[in-house]
Amino acid sequence: MSETQWLKEPRRQAASTALLEVEGLTVRLGVEGAQRAVLRDVSISIRSGEAVGLVGESGSGKSMTARAIDRLLPRGAEVSGQLSYEGADIMTLGGAALRGYRNQVAMIFQDPRAHVNPVRRIGDFMTEALRTNLGVPAAEAHRRAADMLGQVGIADGERRLRQYPHELSGGMLQRVMIAAALLTEPKLLLADEPTTALDVTTQAEVMAILDDLRREFGLAMLFITHDLELAAAICDRTAVMYAGQIVEVRESELLHDDPLHPYTGALAAARPDIAQTAHRLAAIPGRPLSAFEAPQDECAFAPRCPHARDICREQTPELVGLDGGLSRCVRAVELRGRLGLGQGEDGGGDD
Amino acid sequence: MTEADPVQAGQVLADPVLEVSGLRKEFGDLVAVDDVSFTVPQARSLAIVGESGSGKTTIARMIIGLERPTAGTITACGRDRSSPARSARVRRRRGSEVQIVFQDPYTSLDPRQTAEATIDEVLRLHHGWAGDRRRARITELAGLVGLDERQVRALPRALSGGQRQRVAIARALAAEPRVLILDESVAALDVSIQAQVLNLLADIRDSTGVSYVLISHDLAVVRQLTEDAIVLHRGVVVERGPTASLLDDPQHEYTKRLRASVPRPGWKPRRGALLGAGEEPKNP
Repeated sequence: MSETQWLKEPRRQAASTALLEVEGLTVRLGVEGAQRAVLRDVSISIRSGEAVGLVGESGSGKSMTARAIDRLLPRGAEVSGQLSYEGADIMTLGGAALRGYRNQVAMIFQDPRAHVNPVRRIGDFMTEALRTNLGVPAAEAHRRAADMLGQVGIADGERRLRQYPHELSGGMLQRVMIAAALLTEPKLLLADEPTTALDVTTQAEVMAILDDLRREFGLAMLFITHDLELAAAICDRTAVMYAGQIVEVRESELLHDDPLHPYTGALAAARPDIAQTAHRLAAIPGRPLSAFEAPQDECAFAPRCPHARDICREQTPELVGLDGGLSRCVRAVELRGRLGLGQGEDGGGDD
Repeated sequence: MTEADPVQAGQVLADPVLEVSGLRKEFGDLVAVDDVSFTVPQARSLAIVGESGSGKTTIARMIIGLERPTAGTITACGRDRSSPARSARVRRRRGSEVQIVFQDPYTSLDPRQTAEATIDEVLRLHHGWAGDRRRARITELAGLVGLDERQVRALPRALSGGQRQRVAIARALAAEPRVLILDESVAALDVSIQAQVLNLLADIRDSTGVSYVLISHDLAVVRQLTEDAIVLHRGVVVERGPTASLLDDPQHEYTKRLRASVPRPGWKPRRGALLGAGEEPKNP
């Protein structure tokens, strides 16, 4: 199917060196008593050292994708599709092999305070994986942790290691989480909205640290955010999700001004502009839908899309290659060049 | 002092609907708000911009009477509200002058009360109208904020975040306030919903003449909704002016840094400009 083709067709060489490959990932979870799809046919590949953005609104499935990759889905989740890391299947890993994999694929979360044990010292938390999974002696693990704190711009590492999470501000705790994630020398970092809860100036600092260290360590990153502009600024490629599906993959530089999918264009247009006041914002009607709420046998975005036509409601569109990117829109070719900011409305009428 | 004097009445109309002067709030040794002054004219909107710990929410809480100022005065519609209301009547009158919409629509509504009942309670307390008139007004308010009949009768748990925030806005407007404080009211909303609510707020201002005090860290939202802005840093106003010129040509170092921290095409985050020895203020 074309889902798998995009990995091979546009970038044949790239696909052969992919660090992580996700193919046709579908996840069903118990929601309100019934098994319902939260991810539908998600495919994405990340090359060594590459930063890939994953952008979407609430319920689009972006966090669920990261959790599926790190094998952190809730109990009872039904998963189908393929997940491979350095060519090896990771769907069936367990025990020590799974812990080893998670050392390679580290994760940082939106709310650091919810992911750290409040009654244990920073030093305990940071060195745990080194000591228990990699057998590093405690003194050595401590030394490495203090060093790593220096790397994320926390100067007095030794003192910080003796402190408890409540003694640190949100921005500093998020830097501790980044340092902890980097200690096991991972090759891929899954960053789930790591700066959303931070102030803008702190966000800039944390993003700069993440960007620097990623390049220094040759780390690949899946960067999850709701902020199209932030993804565009720091990722090489960006995938846009809607209702549990990837609807567009595009080089980040082109995503904002020259999108391939109507949803991406609408998302960029809905955001107020810091440089000017709009007479009216181009709001998208309705609200974002989860995978199980969205129409199943037609385009999931069709009910909110100003460009929707009868053809959009006849089948679920496939993700197909276009101008070096991918779009899940049957009218993508027809709408080429008309979806970016300031390129005018298609209007609600017929063409 | 003749209240009926037409010149006097004209001046009252031109007077600011909200005036804050020399406002100060101490929590123990911490000075959360230090000598803050601003005025909000009728039908104009002021943004209070700042990051966590800047004191912006403390200012909002003092204006609506949830905190008592250590020093300074707050005047709304020409009446002082720096000290606690002495009676239910005064408290209600203050409620009809200034209302607030909080950031989190999940915690600011009573989970057992439908949107209809939430709005009805405000109408009954503030206007004392009969049932028919209240029902008619609920329909009007629901239409104004874009809630349909089913949503009006739903409990908060059956509504999405954007819909709940509309209920909170309708509840605040039910008291027919002159000033509406929006404390990060659109920050938690998805981009597509945020645009709907920002358009809605602009429409409401056009049709009712209400003034907004928008508390926000989001400079693009500030640009979209306000004419004037103050920038707050550690409790002190570091810059003030028309929103457009403040954002296009910031003067104070802190405002410049805020402006430079906003991601945009071609933006590259830089290290070290911010934190010195790895310190930053903790949110009190």
